[in-house]
Amino acid sequence: MSSPGDGQTVIEFREVHLSVNGHRLIDELNLTVKRGERLVLLGRSGSGKTTTLKLINRLLEPSAGQVLVEGRATTEWDPIRLRRGIGYVIQEVGLFPHFTVERNVAVVPSIEGWARERIHERVQTLLRLVGLDPTLAGRHPSQLSGGQRQRVGVARALAADPPILLMDEPFGALDPITRAELQSEFRDLQQKLGKTVVFVTHDLGEALFLGSRIGLFDSGRLAGVYTPAEFLNTQDPNVVAYRCAFRGFGNGL
Amino acid sequence: MNLIQFFVANRIEVAELTLEHLRLVGVSMLLAVLAGVPTGILLARRPRLEKPVLGVANIVETIPSLALFGLLLPVPWLGDRADRLAILALALYALLPIIRNTYVGINGVDRAILEAGRGMGLTDRQLLFQVQLPLALSVILAGVRVATVVSVGVATIAAAIGAGGLGEYIFRGLAMVNNNLILAGAIPAALLALTADLVLGLAERRLRPDASPG
Repeated sequence: MSSPGDGQTVIEFREVHLSVNGHRLIDELNLTVKRGERLVLLGRSGSGKTTTLKLINRLLEPSAGQVLVEGRATTEWDPIRLRRGIGYVIQEVGLFPHFTVERNVAVVPSIEGWARERIHERVQTLLRLVGLDPTLAGRHPSQLSGGQRQRVGVARALAADPPILLMDEPFGALDPITRAELQSEFRDLQQKLGKTVVFVTHDLGEALFLGSRIGLFDSGRLAGVYTPAEFLNTQDPNVVAYRCAFRGFGNGL
Repeated sequence: MNLIQFFVANRIEVAELTLEHLRLVGVSMLLAVLAGVPTGILLARRPRLEKPVLGVANIVETIPSLALFGLLLPVPWLGDRADRLAILALALYALLPIIRNTYVGINGVDRAILEAGRGMGLTDRQLLFQVQLPLALSVILAGVRVATVVSVGVATIAAAIGAGGLGEYIFRGLAMVNNNLILAGAIPAALLALTADLVLGLAERRLRPDASPG
């Protein structure tokens, strides 16, 4: 694990615990995320992946320990400023149904007070970047397909060019073909833009495909962090269990 | 003299009473919206207040209107003018549906939408005015619609304390056992209620967030 002084650490969890109403959600979490990497948090439902993500943009605060973003504890950040520098994509997308695609993508730029012309240009650029026809800008989310909506969600998260992206099972609700399409496009996009990405999934295939590193969660604990190659070869019992479960489903692994 | 002849002969008085009726309902609805919507927003933010506030509004709703008019009569300033009193009483009746629908409308906004908004760094205020209120608007308007229709009916009773409106004809007709006179008050009142229902219903449908974009 790298020291925080090397200038490359973007996010760091230090001895983080989180309990809510007496339930222990996160236990003794130590984790470092480097600039430009794609860290995938893998684990079954309720293992603490999403909770870990929400600790980064301070939708949750640690009960003990610290989460550092750009070297500063999240609790010392103004939460609004912190979040505007972090793109956030969730499975349900959460587009505003009463806004057009253009206004949805433009949410953060407009509250940041960008000039109208600059916002319009930015939206056009982003829609093309995520593989959408810019003529869709005037549509409402209800007039889009699931894949298109999720692309708009990604465009919205990228709108103000945040250095960090948090993605919570963003492709989980899509059909397998659309999902594969978006996964590979997203990987190319990330390599092009060099964003630091923390990506939550329970899908092993997705984790292996997208992750530069994979953090395996089990009941609120981080069981280990592996490169995709290590993940496939290690004899660590947690990993073996996860691999076996997927093999059992005949997932082609 | 049949009913049509009555309307023709008294058209000016009918128009005056209708306008008076409209004024009672319009002003009281305005007050109720001004008080009820912010209260509903407050309840959505402080769920602990929900039970006591809705409880009080519920109790007000169960007071018979004639009794409420009578109870408010001795109140200083308020009791000085009958229309003032009637407007306040009507506004009190309208509060419950407006508060409740505002609260329900705001709470009914999809949690994923809120989480996405909060995660993007919207402040509570931005979330309220840009997301929650616009998405709750049709539900809030449905509450205003119910309140308005009820209020058109209740306002006829305000004539009992001398607040005017179409109830004048109804009470006069009751006293004189004259059905035409009763109908002369009841029919315009019913038409008012139907019109309000129709107009507000149309507005409600237009403001529904999933309505086709216009």
